[in-house]
Amino acid sequence: MAQTRPQTAAVASGAHTFPALLREHARVRGERPAIREKDLGIWQTYTWREVATQAQRVAHGLAELGIRPGMHVAVIGENRPRLYVAMMATQALGAIPVPLYQDAVAQEMVYVLQDAEVSVAVVEDQEQVDKMLEVRAQCPALRHVVYDDPRGLRHYADPMLCAYEQLEQLGVQHAQRHPDYFERAVAAVQPHDPAAMFYTSGTTGRPKGVVLTHHALIDRARAVARMENLTDQEDVLAYLPPAWIGQNMFSYTQLLVSGFTVNHPESPETVSIDMRDIGPTYYFAPPRVLEGLLTHVTIRMEDAGLIKRRLYGACMRLARRVGTRILDGQPVGAWDRLLYRLGDLAIYGPLRNALGMSRVRVAYTAGEAIGPDLFVFYRSIGINLKQLYGSTETSVFVCVQPDGQVRDDTVGPPVPGVEIRVADNGEILVKSPGLFKEYYRNPEATREARDAEGWFHTGDAGYLDADGQLKIIDRAKDVGKLADGSLFAPKYLENKLKFFPYIKEAVAFGAGRDEVCAFVNIDLEAVGNWAERRGMPYAGYTDLAGKDAVYDLIRECVEQVNADLAGDERLAASQIARFLILHKELDPDDDELTRTRKVRRAFIAQKYAVLIDALYGGRERQYIETEVKYEDGRTGTISADLRICPARTFPAISAKAA
Amino acid sequence: MSESSHAQRIGDVMLDMQNISLAFGGVKALTDISFNVREHEIRAIIGPNGAGKSSMLNVINGVYTPQQGAIQLRGQHFSRMNPRRAAEMGIARTFQNLALFKGMSVLDNIMTGRNLRMKCGLLAQALRWGPAEREEIAHREFVENIIDFLEIQAYRKVPVGRLPYGLQKRVDLGRALAMEPRLLLLDEPMAGMNIEEKQDMSRFILDVNDEFGTTIVLIEHDMGVVMDISDRVVVLDYGKKIGDGTPDEVRSNPDVIRAYLGVDGEAALAH
Repeated sequence: MAQTRPQTAAVASGAHTFPALLREHARVRGERPAIREKDLGIWQTYTWREVATQAQRVAHGLAELGIRPGMHVAVIGENRPRLYVAMMATQALGAIPVPLYQDAVAQEMVYVLQDAEVSVAVVEDQEQVDKMLEVRAQCPALRHVVYDDPRGLRHYADPMLCAYEQLEQLGVQHAQRHPDYFERAVAAVQPHDPAAMFYTSGTTGRPKGVVLTHHALIDRARAVARMENLTDQEDVLAYLPPAWIGQNMFSYTQLLVSGFTVNHPESPETVSIDMRDIGPTYYFAPPRVLEGLLTHVTIRMEDAGLIKRRLYGACMRLARRVGTRILDGQPVGAWDRLLYRLGDLAIYGPLRNALGMSRVRVAYTAGEAIGPDLFVFYRSIGINLKQLYGSTETSVFVCVQPDGQVRDDTVGPPVPGVEIRVADNGEILVKSPGLFKEYYRNPEATREARDAEGWFHTGDAGYLDADGQLKIIDRAKDVGKLADGSLFAPKYLENKLKFFPYIKEAVAFGAGRDEVCAFVNIDLEAVGNWAERRGMPYAGYTDLAGKDAVYDLIRECVEQVNADLAGDERLAASQIARFLILHKELDPDDDELTRTRKVRRAFIAQKYAVLIDALYGGRERQYIETEVKYEDGRTGTISADLRICPARTFPAISAKAA
Repeated sequence: MSESSHAQRIGDVMLDMQNISLAFGGVKALTDISFNVREHEIRAIIGPNGAGKSSMLNVINGVYTPQQGAIQLRGQHFSRMNPRRAAEMGIARTFQNLALFKGMSVLDNIMTGRNLRMKCGLLAQALRWGPAEREEIAHREFVENIIDFLEIQAYRKVPVGRLPYGLQKRVDLGRALAMEPRLLLLDEPMAGMNIEEKQDMSRFILDVNDEFGTTIVLIEHDMGVVMDISDRVVVLDYGKKIGDGTPDEVRSNPDVIRAYLGVDGEAALAH
């Protein structure tokens, strides 16, 4: 294989388990940095050799605490070198690390600790120790809690607790008594043994423990390393919870597969500073993080002087026009190229530097739909941001956009080794070497998720488009059909509407009907601002929402969405024929949204049945009275005479220009 | 468990204020006040506005010289203290109205707290002469530990003037801690804070006392906070001591209730 680049870790090595990989790195690149952590303001480096030695010691220590192959060790905390070492040590014993979300409250951890029969938990600090002490009565299997940071624990005398240093001491003693224990343990670990277990939050019912094998995780990490040419020279910043498979794959599995360097920030608040320090070459961020960074940049720019603002505005217009094309290596005129080069000197380069992204070679975003403006912003200033698709059950990588084939509305073609099929109901089915082994002690759920032929049912609906890229449109259970049988994906439409800053929430209806209609909630802040700039007075949400000018504003957004949909054969029929702006904001207190702000479509349809009838009955206005709950628990009513506004639809464009 | 171990740590009297009287012209700020502070305890001085709390603190660290009375600090007698000597004897303080260098970074502000402990001269420091550089590195490490302790890593290089008030208070505390004080005087550490900031600050005060064994004297308006974190409380009113004891004792002292709630308070209490 690709043996030409000696530092490439993507070469097929003989190591097929995590402990074997760790030893290989200690041998091949023992003096290279494996983990860095900023402590007291200075980056401390641990080389591969040091990490391997520590892992061996800790493995002996865990063995002394009674950890045997197949047992589970809970790991709870931020990204910390010692917690990573604990995961490596656990795997070396043939035991299984179970990372837990560090911000979960104690009671949320109980189920996992019970289900996995955790006897040893390695935790970060006092906060986590307190949680363990709180739930110990409910988790009789839990016998030892090892903590990393002793701060505040001086007066804890509980025999269950054990400082990390003590664990290392135990390890040293154990190693003296059983010198070849570690060797035998590592040799006994097989590629198809479980390597890690991640609990999926599960929107319904109890969380499920997803068991992933060494083979599954390593195979997917290798496939992507080959695809992106990842070497041991990469720098990665680990700043998301290690209990999330995305972060774990990216900063732990890929760390051990590619042998690069992972950097641990000083504290969650210092991430942006640490990112500038490190300048990662390989970066991963969910859309909300990217959005936060962009907001920060925008605010700072608005505070800048007039000249700087003008320059920034001009450069960003140019970047939007040609930036992504330059990044994709498409032909761009010489004049524009020159201007872009100048823009790079003045704005894009410094901006990338301020974001800590100067050295980013490959950046991924995943987890939820990303707004096209947001996505294009990063690409246009020269950051190679790409989308990927995956889940815990598939060891993350199902689809990844290769360089040069990046689009904002797809998630890329299948990664080598992955097969994708779309079921009749639109659900995406996946076959991949990275598939999970099972849901822990839940054969029924396993059977439900993975059929007899080995296809994993993702629960997502989508399709492969003309150039082989997967497009995710919705959760499969929400996808319906219009009366004429064409596809109707409400969340896809709602997301498209919500990407406009003026629209806060949207609810689309159309299942079983002959056309699509929608409710819209305006964003009071954005539209209010817009109204103020026009000198338009308004008395509050209901008043503003009913203004004709606001209706026009929203209609333009809706029509833009329609124009977009017309370009997509499968979704052209879903163009929004009529919409109305609701007289009140949808609110979790009124049960219209879930606590995580997802619209409860069925409930809303029932509550506002009058409005839906009016939308489909072709009426122009509809009077409605709604009961609302105020934050102090009182109830009141809001009434309004709502206008129903038709929107222009476009004929479907069957042959795509792209 | 931690309560009892804390009580065990409280040692002998370290600071004894004996019959202190202080007047500015005809205004009597403090009249014949005596109280003591024990090693490792958290001692609060409370009282209504103008009771003489800040004056008391200023007497302890030598800004004001009392007309009468004596101060005994760790066995040594003083009829008058001066700020330099107070600092050298391990007394550090924070200020009610923040006296930080607004244009300097958090790091530099806290570094100024190490000033007294720097041995090398100005010239050696300016030229980064070998020993001076080694000294600076050692001090910087100490300061970094404080930054870590107060969880302000994210603001290390930010000019103090740009920080919100609650954080500035924390930096002020950090600078006092940089002096490695044996006795820490806090002048209204929670004034102007919201509840969350107050809780954070209370935790830091308790942690300082616990981790470094520092004795703390604090002035505070917020009765709730004082009662929660202090071991013993002195109550002043119009420059006179009207109560002294554990929070519970002070809370049930009728003079204290009258001072805080007015004369009607007594009537209300009688019902």
